[in-house]
Amino acid sequence: MLNKMFQNNDLVHKLLNRIARYKEDIRIMEVCGSHTMAIGKWALRKLLPPNIHLISGPGCPVCVTPPSIIDSLINLRSVTIATFGDMLRLPGNNGTLEDARAAGLDVRIVYSPLDALKLAKKNETIFIGIGFETTIPGIAHTITLAHKQNLSRFSVLPAFKIIPPALKALLNSTEVNIDGFILPGNVSAIIGSNAYEFLPREFDLGGVVTGFEPIDILSAINMLIDQQQNNSPKIENEYQRVVSPAGNINAQQAINQVLQVQDSWWRGLGYIPASGLGIRDEFRQFDAIHKYNLDISDQQPDTGCQCGDVLKGIITPPQCPLFDHTCTPANPIGPCMVSSEGSCAAYYKYER
Amino acid sequence: MPLIINMKDNIITLAHGSGARLTQKLISSVFASTFQMEELSDSFRIEPGLVVTTDAHVIKPIFFPGGNIGKLAVTGTVNDVAVSGAVPAYLLAAFIIEEGFPISDLQKIVTSMQHAAQEAGVKIIAGDTKVVEKHNAEGIYITTTGIGYLPDDIHLSTQMIKPDDQIIVNNYIGDHTIAIINSRDQLGLQPPPLSDCAPLNHLIQAMLKASKVHFIRDATRGGVATILNEVYDDCGLGIIIDESTLPIRNSTLAVSELLGMEPLYMANEGVIVSFVPAQYYDLLSVMGASKYGENSAIIGKVTNEVKGVYLKTPLGSLRPLPMLNADPLPRIC
Repeated sequence: MLNKMFQNNDLVHKLLNRIARYKEDIRIMEVCGSHTMAIGKWALRKLLPPNIHLISGPGCPVCVTPPSIIDSLINLRSVTIATFGDMLRLPGNNGTLEDARAAGLDVRIVYSPLDALKLAKKNETIFIGIGFETTIPGIAHTITLAHKQNLSRFSVLPAFKIIPPALKALLNSTEVNIDGFILPGNVSAIIGSNAYEFLPREFDLGGVVTGFEPIDILSAINMLIDQQQNNSPKIENEYQRVVSPAGNINAQQAINQVLQVQDSWWRGLGYIPASGLGIRDEFRQFDAIHKYNLDISDQQPDTGCQCGDVLKGIITPPQCPLFDHTCTPANPIGPCMVSSEGSCAAYYKYER
Repeated sequence: MPLIINMKDNIITLAHGSGARLTQKLISSVFASTFQMEELSDSFRIEPGLVVTTDAHVIKPIFFPGGNIGKLAVTGTVNDVAVSGAVPAYLLAAFIIEEGFPISDLQKIVTSMQHAAQEAGVKIIAGDTKVVEKHNAEGIYITTTGIGYLPDDIHLSTQMIKPDDQIIVNNYIGDHTIAIINSRDQLGLQPPPLSDCAPLNHLIQAMLKASKVHFIRDATRGGVATILNEVYDDCGLGIIIDESTLPIRNSTLAVSELLGMEPLYMANEGVIVSFVPAQYYDLLSVMGASKYGENSAIIGKVTNEVKGVYLKTPLGSLRPLPMLNADPLPRIC
């Protein structure tokens, strides 16, 4: 299997030796939650020298979904909520979808938005449209299918987020201290590596698009060290087996046909201009916000949760006073503890 | 601080039935404290030489590749008795059936129960049947109670576990969960993966005859990782599992990567985790001679080097393998 090649132990240790020659502190943010999980799964922090600081970024789609999305749904009845599994334990202000299911809400876990379409043949069904560029094309395509089949019982609650504006917002915040980015593999397969050219151009920062195996991640770290040493920040693509400079044009078209850019609220990060996608007017009958008059205006509860600072890389999860005290996977206060991809959950599971 | 309403503390959610941390919490806070039970066990030695255990079986779908709820109800309870070291002898079975359930399906289920009981060498001796109104249950639920005889010289307990004990599993990890997910959620894997659902009492008896064994547990809900954590909680000895030695099918690895689920946390119905003194290195060949032990492997060891349960990755790095709070959820993308 191809992925086994990218787990080769000799090569991993050669890469680690090369990284160990660099003695300066370097702060690298992995934007994507799947990278966070891979770093934990392979315990890469234990193998890296202490001057290599890996910071987990805002790239977990469940984490950044605001509580209002959950709040708007939990009191609905006589409608089926179809969702990806890890939304189930995301805390709203009045409990989770899992709690609401126990209290009578019809919540179904699906693996694909197409499964939700099947449910909508029988019941009024709302699919919770979360995710980044990786997940969005499939959901957009599903809306076009519902349109073609004239499936009036199907709708999507759009809570989509797009990555580049979030990175921009992050870097415009004065508190962030980052030397380079490990850029998402899957998201980049859709949007292409060119989508990050603003990083060197506007912020004088480099980034490497990379895959999810140990050799991918360690290669990216090596490339970022080289950039740092040569003082030549740029966008490089280690994941050429999957990602092209322009990305997947068909998938981009599928998105643009159905969805349009709009401002969006990110849990922990707040309001970010042009960082989300809503449903175009032509497909309005499939927009659950419109159809059920859902209130998704955002009110952030003041719980003491420092998820925003974790997502910005200002603190690591254990530096939050709630971490492992009042906030645990059994009783998550913030979203970063909920999702298996969340920074706090990954720390709780792998790094304590 | 504003109030965070956490309904989990007030009502039962599915997480309470996952076999992970929340299940333990429920058992200790509601059942064990009220019934004044000394330990949270699913089997009990009612008098010297006599062990009883009980298990309720609910599964969706009722029929799945490699078995059905009836076979599961027999093998699950047989295995619960067998891992205590006892020889299972009798089963009692109680059925809760939904109005409208086809009798032909019931017959298939009961026939499988009989086949599994014959293979295990146990007799089903008594039972009960209740029918509930349509929609008040989903198809059929079966509770089985097992009775077994425990030989005088067998003492399996987490307190027997010593540093340097080797940790052995008898079979591929995760097959049952993959079979159920594929069948329930129509993932369309071809050929459909089979559940490992099987009576393991003959294998366990062969192991006990051939070797000294300190402790055995069947890795059902919560999977192998949960068992290891329960053992650590009980005996306080550290555990290191070597990831490269784990018997896991490539197909299981591929599906679990896709769904973001770890095989070590997946429920099995034909996997036991055994703690065996290091000198009994030839036990693997004894296990390998059994139908349900062909894929046996030493997956790790008990050690004072660490506190807690750790996994050594193929790169040589150690990461914690904690107990989960609830079933892992399939994740987005």
